Amino acid sequence: MDFFVIQALTGLASASSLFLLASGLSIIFGVTRIVNFAHGSFFMLGAYMAYTLTTMWSGPLGFWGGVVAAAAVVAVIGAVVEIVVLRRIYDAPELFPLLATFGLALMTEDAVKMIWGPQDLLGPRAPGLEGAVTILGHPFPAYDLVLIVLGPAVLGLLWLFLRRSPWGVLVRAATEDRTMVAALGVNQKRLFTGVFMLGVFLAALGGALRIPREAVHHAMDMEVIVEAFVIVVIGGLGSVPGAFLASVLVAELNAFGILLFPKISMVLLFLVMAVVLVLRPHGLLGRPEAAARASLGVQEEPWRPMGRAGWALGVALVALLAALPLVADAYTLTVTTEILIFALFAASLHLMMGVGGMVSFGHAAYFGLGAYGTALLVRFFGAPMEWGLLTGPALALVGAVVFGWFCVRLSGVYLAMLTLAFAQIVWSVVFQWTEVTGGDNGILGVWPGRWASDPAVYYMLTLTLCAAAVGAIRHLVFSPFGQSVRACRDSPGRAESIGLDRRGLQWLCFVLAGGFAGLAGTLYAGLKGSVFPDVLGIPLSVDGLVMVLLGGLGTLTGPLVGAGVFKALAIEVSSATDVWKLILGTVIVVLVLAFPEGIVGVWRRWVRPRGAGS
Amino acid sequence: MTERALEAEHLRKAFGGVRAVDDVGFSLGAGEVLALIGPNGAGKTTLFNMLGGQIRPDAGRVLLFGRDITGLPPRRVWRLGVGRTYQVTATFRSMTVRQNVQSALLSHHGRAWSPWPRADRLYRDEAESLLAMVGMTDQAERAAGVLAYGDLKRLDLAIALAHGPRVLLMDEPTAGMAPGERTHLMDLTARVSRARGVAVLFTEHDMDVVFGHADRVLVLDGGRLVASGAPAEVRADARVRALYLGESSGEPEP
Repeated sequence: MDFFVIQALTGLASASSLFLLASGLSIIFGVTRIVNFAHGSFFMLGAYMAYTLTTMWSGPLGFWGGVVAAAAVVAVIGAVVEIVVLRRIYDAPELFPLLATFGLALMTEDAVKMIWGPQDLLGPRAPGLEGAVTILGHPFPAYDLVLIVLGPAVLGLLWLFLRRSPWGVLVRAATEDRTMVAALGVNQKRLFTGVFMLGVFLAALGGALRIPREAVHHAMDMEVIVEAFVIVVIGGLGSVPGAFLASVLVAELNAFGILLFPKISMVLLFLVMAVVLVLRPHGLLGRPEAAARASLGVQEEPWRPMGRAGWALGVALVALLAALPLVADAYTLTVTTEILIFALFAASLHLMMGVGGMVSFGHAAYFGLGAYGTALLVRFFGAPMEWGLLTGPALALVGAVVFGWFCVRLSGVYLAMLTLAFAQIVWSVVFQWTEVTGGDNGILGVWPGRWASDPAVYYMLTLTLCAAAVGAIRHLVFSPFGQSVRACRDSPGRAESIGLDRRGLQWLCFVLAGGFAGLAGTLYAGLKGSVFPDVLGIPLSVDGLVMVLLGGLGTLTGPLVGAGVFKALAIEVSSATDVWKLILGTVIVVLVLAFPEGIVGVWRRWVRPRGAGS
Repeated sequence: MTERALEAEHLRKAFGGVRAVDDVGFSLGAGEVLALIGPNGAGKTTLFNMLGGQIRPDAGRVLLFGRDITGLPPRRVWRLGVGRTYQVTATFRSMTVRQNVQSALLSHHGRAWSPWPRADRLYRDEAESLLAMVGMTDQAERAAGVLAYGDLKRLDLAIALAHGPRVLLMDEPTAGMAPGERTHLMDLTARVSRARGVAVLFTEHDMDVVFGHADRVLVLDGGRLVASGAPAEVRADARVRALYLGESSGEPEP
């Protein structure tokens, strides 16, 4: 019993730092509608900055002053980021800010390594709180007690601030209806900058307060960002008390999960999130998102099937690619094979997002299921990898049928988060179920039969399948089915009142997208000859998003171009330099700022006049 | 007496403590054009959404040609022959004007799930004739996202008529249009109604449109039906005059 109390208290102490992080994320989303992927980076910067300041200054004043000063410094950095980058893209499609903040997160990671070095840093302990107090006969860190009090204290302060101060009232009003607040003549620029600063301050404070408990390292941003997303979604987007409740829930889950269900400790978090979302689609204390006002001014070119010229171009490109083995060496072929695979992956994600209107933060789940569907067949039945071309996509289809059924019941950011939760569940299962999947060691020897072992042959196989699949996706988009799905995306209410079964159509679209991603994953497994849990990871899902958005969401060619550019860039840059994340991040941010319509969108606008080629 | 196309019996809907619609009943005859008027917040849109299946009533029934359709989802209501247009127009932005209409036709002909052939090759002529009916033939190839407001409303009407509905629900069909356009759209609606025997229920704020085009008028205030009858009777009704001339209620829409 005593032990449980201690464990619960430890959980509460962690909850405080999580709450600071998540409440900031929630407030920022509530007002600006930005899903701030860089939020974990600000948390990390807070920790590093506090490390520097608290080792420089001494005494209690030095420590606490250092912590608060660190958060303040990072908040100023946040304000600069908001003014220089985010302010320019509030009116861009909703995912662009996400992409930009992802670019910022990449940049920060390398920047931190350059400034503070790659090693773990151990900060000072809080003066006077180094020791432990005895609770129920067990020693308990004194600093943790302070943290336990701090969480509710910050919640109280925030609550007072949001209820009582004029600025807080404005923040709440904007959370409920930002169009109305703008119409009332509020200076939106200043409000957004202020809100972003507040959110970043809270995140950085959360990071700074962590230094006496654990070492500071340059991967903590990605560690915490996913947890923060989960908390915000469980609590309800935009709700500060919800964020607090969810922080406690998540922290206690972490504290007890490892003891009670060690086998599924990593899945637990995401299982809880999935259950909450299924039962309460807007989180524990969240409210339904205000229906987006119909934006009459939004111009979108109607999607048109390729004309004769377009088809000729497509066929010519495939023919050109088919001729590549005549001139290229094995390395080039392998790289091109990989690019083709990711072009299919991006096209499948685009089918889900661009056509179906369902944003996925977890598309790697289906890619990875395809890869493991193949690898497990090889491992347990000794079949050559080609048979995996059936089992891989089949496993991905099964996954998409199950997960999709839940996902199409939600919409917007909540849907995206549920896809993320499912992807993480699959990842955790693969990672922890060592007996079957090999866990972190992966599955090796997933090679195709001898006939396809030559890089040129495997390249041709990949080209054939990818070209056929991309062609099929293209065809589907303009089929009656595709048009019905697009109708559901464009106007859900209208679609239902012309008799369309929105959920059913979106479900099928989800399943098909999953199947195509599974095919890509299968081909990837055969190319690499091995499968590791990375193929299910968040970074791969995000890569997919970057490819699609880079190419342009509003076009069908976009994801293919985006995949080609992104993959070529990643392969080239990462082999040439140590700071490829910094470079990639910068490229992403610059591209988002310069071309919010994506590469193909810009091509359409500037190079090719409207309506041509249709 | 004409056949009853749509009947509402004792419909109620409350949001929290607010009785948005409180014991409302009426009937709409086949081929009749019925206007629903009332100040903002009277419950018009809520009543509409209960008829179209977007909101499930707390109590009461909705009958379509004698068949109970209460609480059916919008797509079932649509299949049974109810078309609907929206106050804030809802069209499909990623499509051309003609494809918008074709989408409704695909659904009507049971081809919404087909993988084959290309969608814009199906029911082209039918779509063209619907567009001709609302006077939009020359705009068939334009992007729906760039239409002027009045044209969007006409497209909305063409979509709603695609499955040959027997009842048409129009929520503020002329809101935001210029006066000339309003008359034009409602003349068109009345013509379609007569030619095809479609029963029309519409909400409207413009009294010229109401008294010029409705066969009968229902007046809603505070969620209750306060008057109904021929336009002339309603216009003479003391309570209605108080509502519209006294202008006591002007609270915003919920």
